[in-house]
Formats: sequence, C-alpha cells, structure tokens
Amino acid sequence: MIKVDHESSLLDVRGVTKAFAGVRALRGVDLTVRAGEVHCILGQNGAGKSTLIKTLAGVHRPDDGEIRWGGELVEIADPDAGLALGIATMYQELDVVDGLSIAENIFLGHELARAGFTRRSEAAARTRDLLTRLGHGSLSPNLEVGQLSAANKQIVAMARALSHDVKLIIMDEPSAVLDAHEVQNLFGVVRELTAAGIAVVYITHRLEEIRQIGDRITVLKDGRTTATGLPVAGTSTAELIHLMTGREVANVFPAPAPLPDDAPVVLDVDGLSLRGVFGDVSFRVRAGEVVGLAGLVGSGRSEILETVYGARRATSGSVSVSGRPLRRGSVVDAVSAGVGLSPEERKSQGLVLDESIAMNVTLPSIPEFARGGFVDFRAERAAARAQIDALELRPADPDRPARTLSGGNQQKILLARWLVHGTRVLLLDEPTRGVDVGARAEIYALIRRLAAEGNAVVVVSSEIEEVIGLSDTVLVVAEGRILSTLPSSQIDEHGVLDLVMKGTAA
Amino acid sequence: MSEQTTTGADTPLTPTEPPATTSTLAADATPMWRRILSGSVGRNLGLVLALLVLVIVGAATAPDTFLGLSNIMVILRQASIVGVISIGMTLVIIAGGIDLSVGSVLGLASVVGALAAVQDLADQTHWIVMVVVAMAVGVFAGLVNGIVIAYGNVVAFMATLAMLVGARGLAEILADRRTLQVGGQRDFITFMNLDILGVDMLIWIFLVVAVLGWVLLNRTTFGRRTVAIGGNREAARLAGINVKRHVLYLYALSGLCAGIAGVMILGRTTAGTSVNGQLYELDAIAAVVVGGTLLIGGRGTITGTVLGVLIFQTLTNVFIQNNLTSSVQAVAKGVIIVVAVLLQQRFARPSGRSS
Repeated sequence: MIKVDHESSLLDVRGVTKAFAGVRALRGVDLTVRAGEVHCILGQNGAGKSTLIKTLAGVHRPDDGEIRWGGELVEIADPDAGLALGIATMYQELDVVDGLSIAENIFLGHELARAGFTRRSEAAARTRDLLTRLGHGSLSPNLEVGQLSAANKQIVAMARALSHDVKLIIMDEPSAVLDAHEVQNLFGVVRELTAAGIAVVYITHRLEEIRQIGDRITVLKDGRTTATGLPVAGTSTAELIHLMTGREVANVFPAPAPLPDDAPVVLDVDGLSLRGVFGDVSFRVRAGEVVGLAGLVGSGRSEILETVYGARRATSGSVSVSGRPLRRGSVVDAVSAGVGLSPEERKSQGLVLDESIAMNVTLPSIPEFARGGFVDFRAERAAARAQIDALELRPADPDRPARTLSGGNQQKILLARWLVHGTRVLLLDEPTRGVDVGARAEIYALIRRLAAEGNAVVVVSSEIEEVIGLSDTVLVVAEGRILSTLPSSQIDEHGVLDLVMKGTAA
Repeated sequence: MSEQTTTGADTPLTPTEPPATTSTLAADATPMWRRILSGSVGRNLGLVLALLVLVIVGAATAPDTFLGLSNIMVILRQASIVGVISIGMTLVIIAGGIDLSVGSVLGLASVVGALAAVQDLADQTHWIVMVVVAMAVGVFAGLVNGIVIAYGNVVAFMATLAMLVGARGLAEILADRRTLQVGGQRDFITFMNLDILGVDMLIWIFLVVAVLGWVLLNRTTFGRRTVAIGGNREAARLAGINVKRHVLYLYALSGLCAGIAGVMILGRTTAGTSVNGQLYELDAIAAVVVGGTLLIGGRGTITGTVLGVLIFQTLTNVFIQNNLTSSVQAVAKGVIIVVAVLLQQRFARPSGRSS
C-alpha cells in the first residue's frame, strides 16, 4: 500500500513480528525512516512502541520480518551492533549513571583510554564539544549527573548518542519529564540534529508535539502498523485518533446491573492530594457501582488508587468507607475497613510468587484461619479450594506455587484474596494486564459479579476501551487532575483521548 | 517483558489445558529427582547425608573416641549455644533481614546477667532474676535493632553492625575488664548442669528453642507472615500486614535468643565476660545458610539450620579428634560454605526466578 523508495530511506522495517512467551507484542510492523526527518511513532499503551524501538536498538531480536539499513539487509543482534550501525536510543527511563560525571557517562562503555588509563582531559574536551553542539556548552563535563535536572540528564543521554557516529536517534517519550520551556529547548536540539542529516524517531502520545516537530507519522495499534509515512501536515487529529483506536473487538463486557437509586455511598474520596503527583481528587462510589479511572501512563491514576488504599500517604484530603474515615497512609487501617487492592504489578506487588496459591489467597486473612496464633491448615485450604472452584482457578491445586500460573489465574488469586477477606471496596489496578483475551472476559464477569454483590469497585486500566466497557462511571484523569466525570454511556474512546490530549498538551 | 519470558519458561500450563486437572500432571516438565532435591525435604536430606559423611569420616579416623556417647554429647553441647542464636537468626533471615549483633548481645547479656548475680544482694535474690535480666537485655537490644531497622529505615546490615560494635563496648564498660564469676549462684550452676535422661541441660534448651522456633515458623500466623515478608515485602504490605511491626518483633526475637544463649554461656563457663560470644554471629549465619535458608529471604527451614549447626560442630570435633589445628578447620568451613551455597543455587529454586 505504501510505496517504498529504497534509495532515499535510511531505515526500512518490513513485517517485523515479536512474541514473548506466546504473547505477540509485534504482529507485523512496517516503518520507513528517511535521513534527516523527524519520524513520529504514535500509539496507545501496549501498541508495541517500546518493543519496536527495543528491536531496532538490538535489545530484542525479531521473530520474523526484515530490517534494512541504507538498503542493506541487517541483523541487529545486540545493542552494540545497533550502535555500530549508527542507531542510538534514548530510553524513557533515562539510563544515565547518577554517580558518574557527565563526561564519564557519555563515554561509558567506550571510554577514551590508553593502556587502561582513562584520558580524562580528552574526554572532557570532547564532552564540551558535544554539549556545545547541543546548545548546552555551559554544563561542565565534570558535573555529577545525579545533580542534574531531568532535562539536563536528557541532554547527557543525547550527547552520549552523538558521541557515537549516529545516523538515527530514537527518542522514547523524551518530553514526558520536561516542562514546556524545556520541551522547546529539546525541539531546538532536534531541529539541529535533523539539519545535520541525522534522522530522529520520536515517540510520544502528545499530538501537539507531533504538530510542532514531526515530519511524518507512523501509527501502531495492537502490535501492527495501521498507517505509515503519513505527512504531519494534512493528517487530521480525528484521523489519527481513529487509527490509534479503531479496533474491532467483539463486545466482551458484561452488561452492568442497574444501580438502585438508594444504593449507599461506600467509598468517599474527598479532596485527596499527593504533592507533586495529583491534586484535589474527589469521587464517590456506591455499593454495586464500578468506577473507572481512564488516563495515560503517568497521569496519576495508579497513584490515586494507591493513596486511597493508604499505600502512599496523602498530603491532604480524606478517604472514608461507609462513613468511617481512614487513617492516612495506613494500609492496615484500609484493609480492616474492608478495602482491598489488586496492585498494578501483580508479580512484584501482589504475589509471593514462590508460595502456594492457598497462602497467597489467605495472606491478608491468616488470623481468620488461626486459633491462638496457630494456623488451621485445613480451614485455610478449604477456603482456598472454595475460591478455586468459584473462580475456576487453574490449576485447581491450592499447593501450586503462584509463579507457575498464567497471568489470568494469578489475577484470580488476587481477587480470591479479597473475596476470602470480605471487602466492601475493591481497588483494581490493571486487572487484565498480561491476561490473554479469553481469560479477560472471565475477569470482567468476575468484577461485575463482585460489584453486584455490593462492593464498590474502582478500576484503573491503560486500555480506555476496557475502562469504559467495565464501568458505570468514568473519571478521565490527566496530569493528576480529574478532567471529567461521566456515565460510561456518555463517553467513548475518542472522547477520552480527546480530553486527555487537550488536557496534557504542554 | 523479560518477566513474561521467564514466567513462560517455567509455566507448563496454558489456559487451554483441560480444566479440572489434578495437581501432579503439570509439574512433570521438571524431572522427579530435581523436584525432590529442590523441595525442603530433599535439601534437608542432602544435609543429613553430609552429616553422615562427616560421622563416617570421624568414626574411621578416630574409631576409639568419636562414636562414643560422651563425644556425641560433647558435640551437641558445644553446638547448643550457637544453635540457639541460629534459630532466631533463621527467622530474621527468612524475613529478608540479617542480625550481626547476636554475638555481642550474647556477651552483653552474660555480663549484665552476671552483674545481677554478683551484686551485694545476690544472696537474697533468686537466680531466676539473673536469667530474666540476661534475657531482657537480649530483647532490649533486639528491640533497638528492630526500631532502627523497621522505623528508621536503616539497612539491617548496618543497624546490627552498629549494635555489634556498641553492645560489645557497653559490655566492656560494664564488666570493667573483669571476669564476673557467677559460681556463687550454686543453684543456677547446678540447674544448668542438670542431666535429664542422660542429656545435658544446654542440649535440652537448644532442643526446646529449636522446637519452639519450628512451631512458630511452620504452624503460626507469625511464621506465615515472616515467610510472606521475606518472599515479597511489598505484597505483604499491600495485603495489609503490618510489616514494620513484624520486623521489629523478629529482631526482638533474635535478641531474646541471644539473651538465652548468654544465660547458657553463664551456666557453662560460670563467668560473664565481655568477650563471650565473639564471632558467634558468623557461625550462626554460616549454619543458617548452609542449612538451606536463602539470604535474600522467603525460604528457609529450622530443621536445616539445626543440621547446619550440627555439621559445623561435628566437623570441628572430627578435626580435633585428628589433632588438626583450628586454622585447618577454618579453611574447611570456608570450603563447606561455598559448596553449600553453590549447591543451593543449583537446586534450591525452580529455574527462571526474575530478579
């Protein structure tokens, strides 16, 4: 569909696929980058942007497809090979070493040395050149990187990229950590790079930035290229949003039970703030209601959930459950009031992976299965078994270590945990992350059932469609603020993205 | 992403597997011998084998003395004091911590206990006061450790290192470079040297502490939470467990064990001195680790620790029987520790633990 001009293209990616343990992250990506252009890659969370750039950087190897560099078929076996070709990557989580100086960071891994002794003055001189080229000649090469601002760390990362003989720099959401002024500086640097013939692949979810800096756009959705080489001028925002979201997934969301008008408010969040992260968040959830927080990564949605739960200590505001105010920053208090959290990172925050299903299910409720401090193993296993049957957890073996279960079944453990404990408020952060499509429908049904049983449920998900499909009420969150509160029937994916992009525009 | 990869590697089950399977089917991907070796029973079996080898070596090299009942009692008696502190250490390490201060706290407890016994009023006070004082010193030191670690967010290694130095110094100040004799407390000395069913009091104490430690770890909510905190501290916290308070209790418990060990050393040597228990913390940690407890926490057994203590003590005994120097012993100990940890890494975990 898109004509490829091998002559002028610097990088040419055709039909690249990549799967991790059976989960297909890339299902066929096409991308053509020309020398000296700013090529923007647009896509929702989970669209495959990070996997794609890691594949180009040599961190991942593609399962299938071909990568051409200057017309030649290449294999980028490892990050060194990527650098050797002239591809440098600036990751979102800035990979600089805080304890080293700017010069040491820039030449890390390819130190200027003679007989093992570093040539400090030469490194400093070349660092100064690079910094000057980036318009930051005032930074001293000997400054410790840990003392720099995020924006300056980015300059260091960019100088490091330039210290290699690069032809292509990949920038993964470079503006995420910058304020408006710093973003303009960044754009200035990007323009100078492209003027020198260097191509920049720029990843972002801010449409405004694309308008300012981009030449052409490639849109990814669900691991596939939905459009590539679109000119920035002449492509409407509506068109881009449609390309990002227009999927044809069968409706797997269970119909919500109508909420009785007299359903009592169970969770009442009032003016909750966490300094520097989010502010003045207020919402109420009634028994039987599912409230969804929609927003992008970094919008503060997970932090809101964790603060409601007491895992982070709010700087102001209050949370109460059925009228009882919770102690700030106390998970113990929240749990005893009947609040349960299924955390974002199931493995690192939710499960004791090497322990059994039974132990993970009863973790918050052990005292209920004990007499005088002694655990009644029979009662514990019976409770775990009951949940295994009720939630169709597989394998149906309470002694199986949690590590060996699939994502969907691990998620069921976390839900079972709070079912056993007996909750009134359930906070679910990314309940279907890493869960395959079939198991998702089960999780959705389960969440709806929990609500129908009288729980107040709050769901956070990167997948806007999921938030809307699952919730009765949708709160749109951007940059730590609630932008709107609407019944889920009155908003769609376009609407949410529209709000979010306007809200986050720098 | 890498996490997904690793999980996939050791996940023989896929969601498409027919439902209602029974437990044994899915684990067949790992060979039977490997599963047995990686289970706690299997690892303890390895320790029993190691102990047996030592016993055979001992019996072969010193046939007249080694297997005699009296020599076995010597081994057990010598193992008992380090053994008691190793029990507390096991719980601390399972929860992901470390307690370097136990040797010093033992010394401090012995000094303070002895001071309580040699006061002017000692004649009128019952010896049990001395015992309670020594144990209270241990608990107090443990509480200080626990508060600094749990609520001050100081790394356990540093906090207990500070206690190691500080408690030893305090013991020196209090003892004023004297050896405090408690031999005057005849009832105490008699009690500590009682022989019940042919077994020394010190060994009984070790046995009782070990059994209590085992019950605490394997049968109580406290033990369950200890394992959970060591296995995934954040998950434990988010499950509503009061992690800080629990950690505090654990260090207090380790201090209590050190206090008990201080009483035992008073009973054995009849003297409280500030040098009591020097380097015991290292013997205890070595025994715990050789016994199969992971230093990163989350996994460990009391039985393994007891076997670890016995292995080291038997080794010492075999070497003494053969007139080998303590320097040679030290080298052998070092080798054993490395080999044990290497074996642990090979077998202790199913493959693919994400860091």
